[in-house]
Amino acid sequence: MVVARTELLPIRGEPEVVMVRQIVRAWCVDLKFSLVDQTKMVTAASELARNTLIHGGGGTVDLQVVEEGDRRGLRLVFEDKGPGIPDIPLAMKDGYTTGSGMGLGLGGSKRLVHDFEISSEPGHGTRVSIIRWK
Amino acid sequence: MERIPILRMGNFLLVTIQVDMHDRLAMTLQEDLTKKIAETGARGVMIDISALEMVDSFIGRMMSHISSMARILDAKTVVVGMQPAVAITLVELGLSLKGVQTALTVEKGVRYLEQAVTTGGGRRTNGRRPH
Repeated sequence: MVVARTELLPIRGEPEVVMVRQIVRAWCVDLKFSLVDQTKMVTAASELARNTLIHGGGGTVDLQVVEEGDRRGLRLVFEDKGPGIPDIPLAMKDGYTTGSGMGLGLGGSKRLVHDFEISSEPGHGTRVSIIRWK
Repeated sequence: MERIPILRMGNFLLVTIQVDMHDRLAMTLQEDLTKKIAETGARGVMIDISALEMVDSFIGRMMSHISSMARILDAKTVVVGMQPAVAITLVELGLSLKGVQTALTVEKGVRYLEQAVTTGGGRRTNGRRPH
């Protein structure tokens, strides 16, 4: 997989969650995603950016245009140095929440994208990588 | 502080969300709206989200909360104008907005509220609920 373009954005506060949504939208438009695909990717980005902020205590998202063969997509890699997730399968379950949300953030955003990878080390942070192909 | 305006139209309150809301703004709207219902004795609330390009779980939860709080304050809520792409995404996200009444257009929303208010639960007198 080739990374054609990349940009690293900080997520330190709520205004930056909104900014991540807007920049992800712009990149989806550049990639000529359909309106439904744009909306899915932006919504997944919003859920994960909020997780990074609330559970991870802030972090970054790396936006990447990726190419594999003749397909192109958008990859978003969210990283934080927060407390981490001790039980990932439990955290992925719909309705499971430790915060004030609905517990749809992780499981829900997985359903909105094509590739979803999560790794977490308790005490060291969490990394979530998603891809939506055009 | 940034706020979303709440307009009064007779017995109803109207909110049009035109900005990409951050979470605190959504919370403020929820508080402002419940306060306004209590103050004015409004019987219906219409939330126009036709300008919203995305509804995530936080905004969805806010809409559910507003509906529940309004119901406890004896007012009906209707969410109007959801874009089809937003609806598709919400369902895949796993949010069915149970308990939130929706309508496609503002006209249909007004009609729903008028009907719901005249048929549901009787009229309020002197701002008090009937016993």
